[in-house]
Amino acid sequence: MRAFAELLDRLSFTASRNAKLVLMRDYLNRAGDPERGWALAALTGELKFDAAKPAFIRKAVEARMDAELFAWSYDYVGDLAETVALVWPARPGANHEIELPEVVEALRTTSRAGVQRLIEGWLDALDATQRWALLKLLTGGLRVGVSARMAKQACADLGGVAVAEVEEVWHALAPPYEPLFAWLDGRAPRPEPEAQGRFRSVMLAQPIDAAVDLARLDPADYAAEWKWDGIRVQAVSEGGLRRLYTRTSDDISAAFPDVLDALDFDGVVDGELLVLREGRAAPFADLQQRLNRKTVDARLAAAHPAGVRAYDLLVEKGEDLRGLGFAERRVRLEAFIGALASPRIDLSPLQPFATWAELTQLRAAPPPGDARKAEGLMLKRWDSTYQAGRPKGPWFKWKRDPFLVDAVLMYAQRGHGKRSSFYSDYTFGVWSDGALTPVGKAYFGFTDEELTQIDKFVRDNTIDRFGPVRSVRANPDFGLVLEVAFEGLQRSTRHKSGVAMRFPRINRIRWDKPARDADTLERLETMLTRMEAGGDLD
Amino acid sequence: MTLKPESLLCSRPEGLYCPPGDFFIDPVRPVARAVITHGHSDHARAGHGLVLATAATLDIMAERYGADFAGQARPLAYGEATRRDGVEVSLAPAGHVLGSAQAVVRWKGLTMVVSGDYKRRRDPTCAPFEPVACDVFVSEATFGLPVFRHPPDAGEVAKLLKSVAQFPERSHLVGAYALGKAQRIIRLLREAGYDRAIYVHGAMERLNALYERHGVALGPLAPATGADGDLAGEIIIAPPSALAERWSRRFADPVPAFASGWMGVRARARQRAVELPLVISDHADWDELTGTVAELNPAELWITHGREEALARWAALNGIAARPLSLVGYEDEDA
Repeated sequence: MRAFAELLDRLSFTASRNAKLVLMRDYLNRAGDPERGWALAALTGELKFDAAKPAFIRKAVEARMDAELFAWSYDYVGDLAETVALVWPARPGANHEIELPEVVEALRTTSRAGVQRLIEGWLDALDATQRWALLKLLTGGLRVGVSARMAKQACADLGGVAVAEVEEVWHALAPPYEPLFAWLDGRAPRPEPEAQGRFRSVMLAQPIDAAVDLARLDPADYAAEWKWDGIRVQAVSEGGLRRLYTRTSDDISAAFPDVLDALDFDGVVDGELLVLREGRAAPFADLQQRLNRKTVDARLAAAHPAGVRAYDLLVEKGEDLRGLGFAERRVRLEAFIGALASPRIDLSPLQPFATWAELTQLRAAPPPGDARKAEGLMLKRWDSTYQAGRPKGPWFKWKRDPFLVDAVLMYAQRGHGKRSSFYSDYTFGVWSDGALTPVGKAYFGFTDEELTQIDKFVRDNTIDRFGPVRSVRANPDFGLVLEVAFEGLQRSTRHKSGVAMRFPRINRIRWDKPARDADTLERLETMLTRMEAGGDLD
Repeated sequence: MTLKPESLLCSRPEGLYCPPGDFFIDPVRPVARAVITHGHSDHARAGHGLVLATAATLDIMAERYGADFAGQARPLAYGEATRRDGVEVSLAPAGHVLGSAQAVVRWKGLTMVVSGDYKRRRDPTCAPFEPVACDVFVSEATFGLPVFRHPPDAGEVAKLLKSVAQFPERSHLVGAYALGKAQRIIRLLREAGYDRAIYVHGAMERLNALYERHGVALGPLAPATGADGDLAGEIIIAPPSALAERWSRRFADPVPAFASGWMGVRARARQRAVELPLVISDHADWDELTGTVAELNPAELWITHGREEALARWAALNGIAARPLSLVGYEDEDA
């Protein structure tokens, strides 16, 4: 438990992705089997326990110490698991080291009541950091800022292999993943990924640099289609097994029973998960209602019906199509989706074009309908085979130009790691009734040199401080105007302004622009109304 | 106790005052006569008439405020006693920082011990706390809440050294209070076998030299400012405030670390954007505070500053009369 607890502790304070990968890789390298496998399962979310409710833990600690002292402690720390980990009045005697596999084994095999009897003994034998880690494990959810994808990347780093290879074998394995580590250690061949219902690593597109790339590419070599604004999924139905995966191989089947029901085929479809109402794509905000849930209730599924807009076919009736060119796969896909005739699975149509100028025109002014809600265009070489990863050349994404507003810097917060001495996270606002209303936060999009300049501006114009946050002078006569780029707007009850931006970033710093000339909330509301209407306003 | 302890020591705006001896202990404003427990600036201020303290504490005050920091400086060795108007004052080691002392005040058979700041665990840079039997123990309570339980410091230093090995391309910037904490971290690193040069912020150089003069060997040190290169793979020790300042930008992708008792609480570490919290404190944690009170078993416990209410409650639950003094002016920021 000691090494695992130390890992969680460091991860919880580490912001940088690279540093997290180093911490995980080193842990996986040092820890033995089966401990590291259980740790990996906990990090990837494959292993979740609900062995102890907060009330039980609270009762256990209050039986050992004065309730008033505990209440003051809890009040100060603010987190129950952390408070109990710190204050736990251990009884002497329990001095053997508790190891993670021992805990996991007990949790998997013992009844809830039995586990509760064990918990106090474990807490007695562990130190504060280990108690914290144990309580996190027991109460479900480690929350140390690690995604399943990141943990798999750390495995890939350990074995010096591509993360796509780890993802391909992942669903054929179960915790504690001993065959996986045997392979990564170089002691055994790669585990067989040929299980039915498994995930196939997805093919990703490079962003296009239109000015450079279009000049050297032949339009006749490429097919174009809209880039849909949902999430990329892989719908698998093989030998009676149905699965819905994200592009990073997370299995989200349980949250989308309506989609699973519609997978009435034998094959593997690559497509976009969208909320589909009578064949029309709903805005991303609608899909968001259904994301990050473990399950879904019937009411929500009915109000926000999900579906898949298919754009590729990887497997048909056991035949692997990934070695075929895109043109051939497309013919197969069209026939496949046509035969399904399902309202929940439709086809992403191709957009015919003859010249780049014609396509440029289409991207700038999409026709009314779903195309108005697309994020831009996709270009796929007609002869491209389906390759895992992000190969250079066969596929490009050509995003729509971002929306832009001029906003005024209101608050700045110190960053993490490399940026811990810089005010690098900015909250900006627009004018509403003569005052600034915050509309978003951004912490990238500027160069290192610009960061130094903004940091100086923040330090020179601070009017108030709250912990790591500084309030910056901003009024009609003085303030720093930031041109903010974003991908879309949605309504939000969590923001005072009532709007929330998608992917906001700093596009330009307008040192030249007077604060009073920045944009208004009214303009954002108009933009939002247009977006919500999609093509329907025309 | 036949005498009321309030007649020997009482709380005044300037600080804790002894009417029969006419002196203050750690006053926060200039006074005629002061007993100073240790050199931290919130306890040791300049401008008093007569200052009574250990020789090391007087040295520290002279280093910080200049040789004329007081009208007269009188050193008193640990265990040596001095008398004034029938009140006997002696100093006993407090284990807090170099030169730190508890003030032991005796009068007409009544013994009161003012702990100043103290800790009970071993510290290679100062003499260990010495328990003195007393009627009234006047304790600090900076970490007077059961959540503060400092782990063994060797483990915290091991954490730092492991991180240095894991991230050789980054520098490790350790925030540590310039008096006491910095030198203790350096000694602990030496004890853990770290013999490379340790880079230090300019604000610490004079105190490091002072510790060396008092026999605390710190090993090879180098100035962090003006060092060649970006100090990737090296350890840099700086005052906590320097971590957030522009000064820290010269170093290679620094891992911000902070050595403090407050780092035991995750929200406190996050608030300061600390990536490597090191729970190393020069103050007694909850177990040390309660253990000390239990060991001394005084008739009364007075609490000078910190989180008085929890320690007072613990004392009451254990049959010891407790009184918070709520003295102001003692900061707890960089404990």
